[in-house]
Amino acid sequence: MSTLLGWGFVAALAALPLLFPDPYLLAVLTSAGIFIIGAISLNLLLGYTGQLSLGHVAFFGLGAYASALATLGFDIAIGFGWRLVVAPQPVWLGFLAAIVVAGGFGWLLGRLAFRVRGAYFVIITVCFAQVLRMVALNWVELTQGPMALISIPPFSLWWPGEGWIALYRKDQNYWLVLAVAVLAFLLVRQVVRSRIGRALVALRANEPLARSVGIRVTHYLVVAAVISAGIAGAAGSLFAHYVRIVDPDVFLFIYTVTMVIMVVTGGKGTLWGPVVGGLVFGLMPDLLRGTAPPEAQWIIYGTAMILFVMFLPRGIVPALVRRPS
Amino acid sequence: MSEVLLSVEGLGVQIGGLTAIADMSFTVPPAEVVSLIGPNGAGKTTAFNVITGYMRPTRGRILFEGRPIAGLAPERIAARGLVRSFQRTSVFAGCTVFENALMALHLRGRAGLLDALLPFLRARREEAALRAEAAELLDLVGLADRADLPAEALAYGEQRRLGIAMAAAAHPRLLLLDEPAAGLNPSETAECMALIRCLKERGMTVLLVEHDMAMVMRLSDRIVVLNQGRIIASGPPAAIRQDPEVIRAYLGAAHAAA
Repeated sequence: MSTLLGWGFVAALAALPLLFPDPYLLAVLTSAGIFIIGAISLNLLLGYTGQLSLGHVAFFGLGAYASALATLGFDIAIGFGWRLVVAPQPVWLGFLAAIVVAGGFGWLLGRLAFRVRGAYFVIITVCFAQVLRMVALNWVELTQGPMALISIPPFSLWWPGEGWIALYRKDQNYWLVLAVAVLAFLLVRQVVRSRIGRALVALRANEPLARSVGIRVTHYLVVAAVISAGIAGAAGSLFAHYVRIVDPDVFLFIYTVTMVIMVVTGGKGTLWGPVVGGLVFGLMPDLLRGTAPPEAQWIIYGTAMILFVMFLPRGIVPALVRRPS
Repeated sequence: MSEVLLSVEGLGVQIGGLTAIADMSFTVPPAEVVSLIGPNGAGKTTAFNVITGYMRPTRGRILFEGRPIAGLAPERIAARGLVRSFQRTSVFAGCTVFENALMALHLRGRAGLLDALLPFLRARREEAALRAEAAELLDLVGLADRADLPAEALAYGEQRRLGIAMAAAAHPRLLLLDEPAAGLNPSETAECMALIRCLKERGMTVLLVEHDMAMVMRLSDRIVVLNQGRIIASGPPAAIRQDPEVIRAYLGAAHAAA
């Protein structure tokens, strides 16, 4: 898709709250947008390196918890009678903490898990997310367990002439998510169009050959994992300060599945794939809620997914943009 | 530079209970074409896999420019200047011929994450240089007019040439070619020989595994003959042709097959 078309699309999305200031519509788009950011980050791993991480929600949840805890502050025992006390921090610091914590775990998981590939990698990533969910459930002193972290402050931004403003309104959050999504998209675009991206695609296409021309497998996979995890962490932070409550269910497997569906139906390994797939499958549940009876909604969702995968196995975007050959 | 580019000393490889290579020692002097020949199952490809890091030796040493490389990962060995091609056609499927060439030039670039995020600085110049180099590389192997085709759409002979070009892309000091002429017709084989000569002129030392004896005899400065995991002869082509041990190994194998 051409750059001009892309920016036109962004401009149209940015103008949307001015034309249709419907809070329900904006709420739906904001939630979808947060997951699209997650899908954009997953696409870097799943689409460009070909590694199926089924624990991607782990980074999303880590970002949500890191950001929420940094802005709420916490006071926990760390053994030997010592306590770790963190006073409530501004939200932008929480956002950075989310990226750093998620990225750090991305590095760790990358170092450990990329020694194995294929099914083993998938299993490790699934377990990783499940373990984090258990930690979130049981480390009550830090996470409040199933009681959830509540009263998380909304995102706040410094605005010229206004100073720090807290984003309570739907349209403000919508724009924030849109801005972060654009940044995430541009970041991934820069990476995949660079020498790094070429190395990632080479590894996906033919790993023994890639190694023979000197491409360091673990190094590049870990780089991709860190960037991917960092972006997912940013999405988690947006989620925490938008919904303003975080419970262990942010680590649920179904969210990973949602992101995988967005990437695969949209077109993995294409820049626009997760965006297009994310709009279709991020908005569909809410569209169906208004039109179909409750018992039919998920049946339609599932059927649509199967049809997409059957008839457009490479995704929507590759079907629209044929490579000239 | 030392007198010996690659030296293999007392190499042994066991795969399960099978002895793939019993005891192999040979050297590759710089600026020569050395061929590794032998009947099927003699251990040629195993030797390649071990030298380039795809398999671990059970014992023995491999020195490249005097430094041990046995047990290093393939990408580390490639970074030191020792690159291989593969026996089966091996390209980056789903990518164009030009992209294949660019990917093979990985070691010629150094752009990292910062350059990816700030592409208007150093990285832009590097990228332009790499693209020019990729175009030149395709020109060398006569694939310039195929640059935009998907690599898997190339004819078999063209894919083989692309494979050699990709192995030679980063200007390795030692190039290991695994049966570059396998499955080629006579005219394609002649082109392949010309290409290898051309690479030699560019300063690359070549270690060749090949079944086409005419090609081996005409290209090689030295030949190492393997049979059942052991070296049975080594020397210049003229001497190898006369060697009774070699004749027995080859004719014996031919008779057994017939």
